[in-house]
Amino acid sequence: MKVYVPRDAAARALGSDAVAAAFVAAGHRVIRNGSRGMVWLEPLVEIEEDGLRRAYGAVTPADVPGILSGAVESLGPVEDIPFFARQTRLTFARCGLIDPLDLSDYEAHGGLAGLRRALALGPEGIVAEVKASGLRGRGGAGFPTGVKWDTVARAQADRKYIVCNADEGDSGTFADRMIMEGDPFSVIEGMVIAGIAVGATKGFVYIRSEYPDAIDVMTHAVEISRKNKLLGRILQSSHEFDIELRVGAGAYVCGEETSLLNSLEGKRGVVRAKPPLPALEGFMGRPTVVNNVLSLATVPVIFERGAAHYAGFGLGRSRGTMPVQIAGNVARGGLFETAFGMPLGDLVHDIAGGTASGRPVKAVQVGGPLGAYFAPAKFDTPFGYEEFDGQGGLIGHAGVVVFDDSADMRAMARFAMEFCAIESCGKCTPCRIGAVRGVETIDRIAAGDAGAVPLLVDLCETMKHGSLCALGGFTPYPVMSALEQFPEEFGGLREAAA
Amino acid sequence: MPSTAAPHGTPEDPVIARIIADHLGVEGPLLPILHAVQAALGHIPAAAHGPIAEALNITRAELHGVISFYHDFRDRPAGRHVVRICRSEACQAVGGVALSQAVLDKLGLDWHGTTPDGRVTVEPVYCLGLCACGPAAMVDGALKGRATPEDVLAGLEA
Repeated sequence: MKVYVPRDAAARALGSDAVAAAFVAAGHRVIRNGSRGMVWLEPLVEIEEDGLRRAYGAVTPADVPGILSGAVESLGPVEDIPFFARQTRLTFARCGLIDPLDLSDYEAHGGLAGLRRALALGPEGIVAEVKASGLRGRGGAGFPTGVKWDTVARAQADRKYIVCNADEGDSGTFADRMIMEGDPFSVIEGMVIAGIAVGATKGFVYIRSEYPDAIDVMTHAVEISRKNKLLGRILQSSHEFDIELRVGAGAYVCGEETSLLNSLEGKRGVVRAKPPLPALEGFMGRPTVVNNVLSLATVPVIFERGAAHYAGFGLGRSRGTMPVQIAGNVARGGLFETAFGMPLGDLVHDIAGGTASGRPVKAVQVGGPLGAYFAPAKFDTPFGYEEFDGQGGLIGHAGVVVFDDSADMRAMARFAMEFCAIESCGKCTPCRIGAVRGVETIDRIAAGDAGAVPLLVDLCETMKHGSLCALGGFTPYPVMSALEQFPEEFGGLREAAA
Repeated sequence: MPSTAAPHGTPEDPVIARIIADHLGVEGPLLPILHAVQAALGHIPAAAHGPIAEALNITRAELHGVISFYHDFRDRPAGRHVVRICRSEACQAVGGVALSQAVLDKLGLDWHGTTPDGRVTVEPVYCLGLCACGPAAMVDGALKGRATPEDVLAGLEA
């Protein structure tokens, strides 16, 4: 009998350590797996007997004797739970299934098959395969990963770098954290393949300090990889690659790639003007691939199953799958990996079951603190890069935060500006000053000054077009989407009519 | 303004010197050094500025610029307990504002404040990645999902 109790941070935050301890006290060896992504059921315990894994949801230490004696009813296999059964798991295929730090378990579930195929294809073949997969940057910008790799591969330099952006600061997102805690070797394998493709021998993983569990798992995974030739001389080939972990220091803006590079170099995390592109002058002025955790973690499965298989999923120019993270006031929150194209409303209502409070959904914010609010009138928008852009929003890192009808949209708009002011790197004026003025202007509106509404609109235009990076440039998305869809909450309008 | 002369004889000196020496082979060593100093000493004392600036061949002004840029680095020790409560949107959707207000009120603090007895510091955090089980908090490094004021305040008495 095998007992699986997740070591994922969300499971631990809901008490999984005490549950694991209770199984150990009862004389069982416990495997600390990653999360299966059904956060509302965490701690989700699985018991494997005779090749069958049965799940138990929201387990407390008091449930443990009943689970062992059979008195507690199982939810059945995880794969049969509707939330899970409706997913297409490619990037997250192993997350929660395997022991995250058991490399042989990883290999038994398809791990390293992609790397072996990539080694056989060689650098040019790897870049061509990534291009053919249609993979786009999962951090939010959606830039074609293969094109970025091609640029770095063609650049001439004495050293090149792979940087994994694990500074997942967007509220409502936790996919990077989950994959690092649940399947860290997939991130490492993806970085190794990237290194072979572009001729880089050194990689950095920049993990935010708010993720101590991910830092811990990744640290162990890198050590295990070195011992087993997944790092160093790669699988006895002629390629060399090593990885160093770096920890952020609480600056949201360091998720922006040029700011992250400055931070890695030991500087203030201010944004750099582009060009030069990091692909040509990145870390220490050398050609650098900067990819999000999910982009890199998706690379192995593309090589394992082939670019055509991956590109066979999706909608329009959004190919493959996206691990959507459903969060906030939601009945069934968690990670739902699905092919691009599912309408937003299906995710919110059918998959996630609406709000946890049972009240009507008022709006969802998609894409983190820089993402637009979508009222139910826009719930038919299919999940895809261009589709969301067409609705004045962005999918970003695919976080979906649900709010019920008690949400104060003016307060949310104010918070967006306040957050931008707190986290602005200070390099460009529209962001540094604009965000502060934005808070003041919304406060004027709250005090009944109707004339401040056009001022807010004008300010948002300036920030959107005049900022150097997405922090100042996209903060207008939540603000303007709240203002446009909920004008009555920016109460100056009523004052003006009176 | 404290003296800018290189300080000698503070108890932290050997620790700081060892941390710097351990990191000099690293590419871009400053953040790893600052994290290590703070992990060892609980904050980044002024006594560390001179040796770090000298070892990395940067000015004290540049060093101060880096330290002050990042929310994580402290120039003075925190309280014996550190409570971090998420202020982000996903936690706001499930009562995050009420949670933080209750905790701050109970302790008589504003954000970033430390109780006069040096017992507790409360800081905002912008996302702990617990967005599907908020409101979220971190108390002395331990994560709490669906946190209540009682959960957060438990164990902070001593």
